[in-house]
Amino acid sequence: MLCGLAAIESGDICWKGVSVRAQVEAFRRELFYLGHLNALQESMTVSENIVFSAALGGLAVAQRDVAELLVQFGVGGRGGQVVRHLSQGQKRRVALLRLALSRARLWVLDEPFVAMDDAGIRMLANLVAKHLNTGGLAVITSHQSVDMGGIPAQILDLSACACQ
Amino acid sequence: MRVSMSQEMGTTSVLWAVLQREVSLAMRQKGEVLTPLVFFVVIASLFPLGIGPESALLLRMAPGVLWVSALLAAMLSLQRLFSTDYSDGTLEQMALSTTPLGLLVLAKSVAHFLLSGLPLVLVAPVLGLQFGLDERALGVLVASLLLGTPTLSLIGSIGAALTLGVRGAGVLLSLLILPLYIPVLIFGAGAVEADAAGLGAGGHLSLLAALLVVSLFFAPLATTAALKISLE
Amino acid sequence: MTTPAINWFKFASPQSFYFLAGRLWPWFAALAVLLLTAGLWVAFFVAPVDAQQGQGYRIIFVHVPASQMSMLIYVVMAGWAGLGLALNTRVSGMMASALAPTGALFAFLSLVTGALWGKPMWGTWWVWDARLTSELILLFLYLGFLALQSSIDEPRRADKACAVLALVGVVNVPIIYFSVKWWNTLHQGASVSLTSAPSMASTMLTGMLLMVLAFWMYSIAVALARVRVIILARERHADWVQHAME
Repeated sequence: MLCGLAAIESGDICWKGVSVRAQVEAFRRELFYLGHLNALQESMTVSENIVFSAALGGLAVAQRDVAELLVQFGVGGRGGQVVRHLSQGQKRRVALLRLALSRARLWVLDEPFVAMDDAGIRMLANLVAKHLNTGGLAVITSHQSVDMGGIPAQILDLSACACQ
Repeated sequence: MRVSMSQEMGTTSVLWAVLQREVSLAMRQKGEVLTPLVFFVVIASLFPLGIGPESALLLRMAPGVLWVSALLAAMLSLQRLFSTDYSDGTLEQMALSTTPLGLLVLAKSVAHFLLSGLPLVLVAPVLGLQFGLDERALGVLVASLLLGTPTLSLIGSIGAALTLGVRGAGVLLSLLILPLYIPVLIFGAGAVEADAAGLGAGGHLSLLAALLVVSLFFAPLATTAALKISLE
Repeated sequence: MTTPAINWFKFASPQSFYFLAGRLWPWFAALAVLLLTAGLWVAFFVAPVDAQQGQGYRIIFVHVPASQMSMLIYVVMAGWAGLGLALNTRVSGMMASALAPTGALFAFLSLVTGALWGKPMWGTWWVWDARLTSELILLFLYLGFLALQSSIDEPRRADKACAVLALVGVVNVPIIYFSVKWWNTLHQGASVSLTSAPSMASTMLTGMLLMVLAFWMYSIAVALARVRVIILARERHADWVQHAME
């Protein structure tokens, strides 16, 4: 619902004081969403996927930057590999790599720590911390509690809620 | 982590990127592009086998048979229009893209036409010869298919969006959109027949063009609504 | 409905609509029975025998109202569907689903009675004239709607998807009808037409009118009754349903 994918039954969501429904395009520019699925096309290479994702976000990215980012995210040199041949963890890293490319102020991440090793979790936590430090917002769902550089977070514990 | 050299991308570039992606994906799985084409040829060949080789009869039947076969073949590849993107999460990202989903859908439909409709248009004359159509009739046939198959892709995208992730999607999709295909069929096959009867194909072809223009506007709208419903 | 300014949105909740429908449908059912009896009586006993077509023509008293209803119901169904999409109400979608089977039934009835009329007249069970062919395509549209409805498990999504389908269908129906007419005239196929009913004596018109009204009442009654069943099925976990069942 936050992203505008599901319809709102009642109430409203506001971004910067204006209802989301009234400023769809502007809101989307500021939003980055990653759900359970990686949004990676299995038959295409890693670079192709990254370039396409950036395009969907309205950004053109140079090949050189893609290569650098791959190294930074621990999947260096795999630009030309077809996504199908990557491991789950590697796919997840590539999916999260797009965070660095995005200029979005609001990050909505659904279970981003799943299928990640410790190094990966650390990397993501740093990324989020940096984002928050530069004034960004992040809404993250997780079964693990992860330290985000000591920045205080509002935590909603849903385990106690009963679903209807 | 730098967000350094990324520049803004214009809408046209994004749509072009979508088109390129669809085409390159299809090129990597050539079988998926060729199968409907082969299907077209096989079905068109079934009719003479079922009805008899009498040339006058075949000539009379040719426009209808070829159009029905083209229609069915065009429908075959529709299910894959959104299903892969839906299952790997790309469709969600498209729905959240800064480019409106309707335009992205339009780009995908154009790609579908290029990959499934256009091959049919190119192969149809060969089949037409098998049925004994002369050059003039072949020309009208090609023109009618050229105008009609994009409409088929557009209307088909609505069905593909409605049946995303649904049980028995393939057959259901056919059931849903075949009634909607009927006007295109009537005017398409009718164009060739009208020309053969000396009445001129102009009227039929203009109607086909009109249908195309109407679908260009309305089909992406309906498809977007259907996609959003499937993504909820 | 006694208060002058009715809050229509009150009835958008399944619960209140359930009880409203419960109060209304018996009246429509009664009217349907009355009008049907009157209409059939006029059709079979009062309307004169036609010079050319003999007694057989009487079937048009069922055929014509049935085809009219099938088309009208599709439009109404699309209307409810559109309302549901626009206002995001649950009941609108349920009404559309409730109407669909009745519409399909009338389309089928129209085709069967058309065939029954055609046989003694033209010697064949089927004629590819514009009206009958359009009716056949309309039946396909209904069947598509019902098929989509049943293949999507989640009711809300099913309703919304069917709503889009119904709206696309309703826009296409005129286009389809026009193209079929064009197709028919071009091919000079059936020079017979099942709409060439004999010039109507006033009694025939009365009979026709009664039958049309009877079918209207029937459709409303059946739709309301059916929507009650749908509401119960969908809302079965709600408290008010438990109480209503006691």
